[in-house]
Amino acid sequence: MEAEKRTFLEQKAKEIRVLTIDEVGYLGVGHIGGAMSVVDILTVLYYSKMNVDPKNPKMETRDKLVVSKGHSGPALYAVLADKGFFPKEWLHTLNHGGTNLPSHCDMNRTPGIDFTTGSLGQGSSAAMGIALADKMKGNDVNTYLIIGDGESQEGQIWEAAMFGAHYKLGNLIAFTDYNKMQIDGETADVMGIDDITTKWNGFGWHVQRIDGHNVVEIERAITNAQQVTERPSMIVCDTIKGKGFAPGEGKVGSHSMAFTYETAKEAIALLQGEK
Amino acid sequence: MKKLDTYADMRAVYADTLIEIAKDDDKVVVMDADLMAANGTKGFKDAYPDRMINAGVAEANMVGVAAGLASQGFIPFASTFGCFAARRAYDQFFLSANYAKQNVKLVGSDPGVTAQFNGGTHMPFCDITLMRVIPNLVVLDPCDTVSLHKLTKAIYEYKGPVYMRLHRKGATTIYKDDQEFEIGKGVVIKDGTDVTLIANGLVMVTEAIKAEKALAAEGISAAVIDMHTIKPLDEALVAEYAKKTGAIVTCENGQKIGGLGGAVSEYLSENMPTLMKRVAVDDVFGEVGTQDYLQERFGLTSEKIVEAAKSLVKK
Ligand SMILES: Cc1ncc(C[n+]2csc(CCOP(=O)(O)OP(=O)(O)O)c2C)c(N)n1
Ligand SMILES: [Mg+2]
Repeated sequence: MEAEKRTFLEQKAKEIRVLTIDEVGYLGVGHIGGAMSVVDILTVLYYSKMNVDPKNPKMETRDKLVVSKGHSGPALYAVLADKGFFPKEWLHTLNHGGTNLPSHCDMNRTPGIDFTTGSLGQGSSAAMGIALADKMKGNDVNTYLIIGDGESQEGQIWEAAMFGAHYKLGNLIAFTDYNKMQIDGETADVMGIDDITTKWNGFGWHVQRIDGHNVVEIERAITNAQQVTERPSMIVCDTIKGKGFAPGEGKVGSHSMAFTYETAKEAIALLQGEK
Repeated sequence: MKKLDTYADMRAVYADTLIEIAKDDDKVVVMDADLMAANGTKGFKDAYPDRMINAGVAEANMVGVAAGLASQGFIPFASTFGCFAARRAYDQFFLSANYAKQNVKLVGSDPGVTAQFNGGTHMPFCDITLMRVIPNLVVLDPCDTVSLHKLTKAIYEYKGPVYMRLHRKGATTIYKDDQEFEIGKGVVIKDGTDVTLIANGLVMVTEAIKAEKALAAEGISAAVIDMHTIKPLDEALVAEYAKKTGAIVTCENGQKIGGLGGAVSEYLSENMPTLMKRVAVDDVFGEVGTQDYLQERFGLTSEKIVEAAKSLVKK
């Protein structure tokens, strides 16, 4: 990747983090941890890889994304607002009665959301269905899927994994946001999922493992995955829960956290101070 | 246990009651699906680390494992959000726990609108209806700290599967410490002669009590019944008050179809047709918002109860 593009993506990721902290902080409570850990993945997808049209969010031949860990909606909303799918002012309506931006992703409320999620595990199967549909229609596009490490404990994830390999869904590229944490503690203590790369390999997927906060590695891994046509791809991303939100970074408690708008502003200032 | 009226959250009452029960019975185990912290069962873990089993984010497996543990003599109390307890693990609960007659206690938290910001995917309006159709299952929705404490003990004593709702955040104390509770026996909170408000759960018993006061101010005498057990329904009490007041309003924090109101009307229509209104969620999905917003949005307010009661009471 050229230095210029790298700088652009890193800068963009920072802007998305700022928007996300502001959005959740304005409300005063939310799933900040899992939102911050996927920002770099979302940034590479939406600002480098995915073919989408904010003016035509339902375009048939768009690339699609299912954020199966639906509680990370707020990070995706920041991206979609920045891309122009809807006005940025909407971000301050997060979870207000009647809002178009609920905690968990909702395809019937938010322009640009490709599937409704929130009950962990379900987005994974839906993504297989979307990828299969594009394959059956002959659309040369990708379906992207993001799952959590805690979410990987759901049996449905593995039913979908088997399905994706069986139907040779080479157009499906998934990410595991491996931040090593869930609600009740570290994933390894609650219900270990390792060796996660071996598991996906065993299910017949093409597997890569990368630093999920490095835009160059993310971009390269997606490019690699796009070359694989007979198997779905899993990109296991080592990430840090709460990444870039100082009061919550690396903390289990960042999963769902109450914090004031003041705290949000301080965290944003800190983030912007970093070079 | 601390004094019951000093608890800030119902979930802590639940956890402390389990700790109390577990002290004298080493067969009691507590399970959760990555919501220990949320459901308060973390408190149990601190007291009995070896008897707290966290299944991770895998509700169906948790309930299946609970049934296996029960078959070997353990008494599992398994909790998760009510939406996942009722829907994600339904087949496992239906077959491995109920059909196989295993002593599994399943606890679903954040009933109805109390799911607040977690929104439509997490808002269990459906759990009572789904659970009611499982043969022989005991289905409960306690409304305060005292009833939660005593009914948790009662379901431990009861041998067989149970589904109980758990209002997890916030608490209220309606009853005196010496109030008795029995599975399948409603409690008359306030007697009355013109209309009967049959409610359950913290949100709607609270609203029914408010409605009773508002009705009294208008010269209407309303009885208030806490129907903490939806199944088996206290038919004798329903019949007594249907006869006495001639008008019934049911009040519940959930789906209108097949819930408490459904149970009461099924009984009455076959046995003693009585004027009725159901204050409940009218065949729609949940959404995000504060609890106040959601109660207004879905019509779960004392005003709606008053309106329903007045429409039945002939002047
Ligand atoms: C089926 C289901 N069970 C439980 C929950 C409640 N829940 C929300 S997030 C979460 C933990 C998820 O952990 P992980 O996938 O690692 O998410 P992240 O760390 O990325 O936030 C749980 C248990 C849910 N949303 N869906
Ligand atoms: Mg995680």
